[in-house]
Amino acid sequence: MTYHSYADLGGQENAGAVVPEAEGDLFHHSWEPRVLAMTLAMGASGVWNLDMSRSARETLPDYPRLSYYQIWFEALRRLVLQTDLASQQEIDDGVLRQPPVAVPRVLAAARVAGVLAAGSPAARPIDHPPLFAPGDTVRTRQQPRDHHTRLPGYARGKIGTIERIHGAHIFADRHAQGLGEAPEWLYGVSFEGAALWPERGTGSVSIDAWEPYLEPAP
Amino acid sequence: MEQTDGTAHSHDHDADHSALAPMELRVRALESLLTAKGYIDPAALDALIDSYQTRIGPQNGARVVARCWVDPAYRDWLLSDATAAIAALGFSGRQGEHMVAVANTPALHNLVVCTLCSCYPWPVLGLPPTWYKSAPYRSRAVRDPRGVLVDFGVLLPADTAIRVWDSTAEVRYLVIPMRPAGTDHLSETDLARLVTRDSMIGTGLLHAPGTVP
Repeated sequence: MTYHSYADLGGQENAGAVVPEAEGDLFHHSWEPRVLAMTLAMGASGVWNLDMSRSARETLPDYPRLSYYQIWFEALRRLVLQTDLASQQEIDDGVLRQPPVAVPRVLAAARVAGVLAAGSPAARPIDHPPLFAPGDTVRTRQQPRDHHTRLPGYARGKIGTIERIHGAHIFADRHAQGLGEAPEWLYGVSFEGAALWPERGTGSVSIDAWEPYLEPAP
Repeated sequence: MEQTDGTAHSHDHDADHSALAPMELRVRALESLLTAKGYIDPAALDALIDSYQTRIGPQNGARVVARCWVDPAYRDWLLSDATAAIAALGFSGRQGEHMVAVANTPALHNLVVCTLCSCYPWPVLGLPPTWYKSAPYRSRAVRDPRGVLVDFGVLLPADTAIRVWDSTAEVRYLVIPMRPAGTDHLSETDLARLVTRDSMIGTGLLHAPGTVP
């Protein structure tokens, strides 16, 4: 295994208290809104996709020590470098040394409202029917993956119930690797809390899982 | 570092400031570079920030909840096709392309998390708060939701089950809190004022009727 995500935090122990925050407190440093906006604008440029961004963030070795906007910033620098949009020296000091490369789109201010309102729907046509139906019992795959994946560690190798079919969606595992959209059926899958953690008690946890994460359970 | 009086406290503040200055410089360097390369339009960055500071925030979700409370047909639509029902009020798009609304009842409380990153329904709630993206919330929400609610000062009845929705794909979840008793006389606009951001994530309560100006 060479791929390690530092972002798979569900169920970790000794995580400490949650600190609530007032509704108006959107940013805590003046650079944070610039990082937010740069990340969104570069995302709209079409050089990389959202799953590649998530992969770039979750594999930052400093992930556990960084604030979330710091994570976004370091991943943005990494993506700009990896996609050859700029050199390391340019990224570090901000001084242009090489001509730009062509990017598919540049987000203009006049298009911001329209681009945000349109979003990027992940639903796609698919040429085969879903393998599972609501009410089916499934087992999630046990083995970790050597690439970006969206099956949380706490839900691996567990018995769950198909609650809902969301449709066929872009498959994050392949999309993050630049292997195309490769749509797969996406399901809402619920687990009894006590099956995940004995002390969890009543109640349940639901995840959204693509079909390759699931197999029929006896 | 001493912290025995106000002087020491302000010293801490200065230390913070000098530690953060490099971050400010690094961010400015990248923005200058991306602008010089022509990859970003600084005016678009301003427009993006302004969108989330003024137009796209929990006031949108509050309107959805209030409509749901006053209009049973809308509630049915919202619970069966949330993306379309929410779009009908003018809220759609980035990080809300595929919406699911989940309604609280006396027997069931819903709580939303993204254990893998920070997935959150932006068109209806705006940007996620810091705690939503933090390790404590992401670690504990799935395993100890009742304990997390205590951190928010929320004590649920022992016989209320908690269902946690971990946003692991591109589906985004909006919690519909229960309409408080004694609000029959309130207009839809006044009802929306009772709805807090945290109540639509599942970590908070509504404002009590009569406490909102």
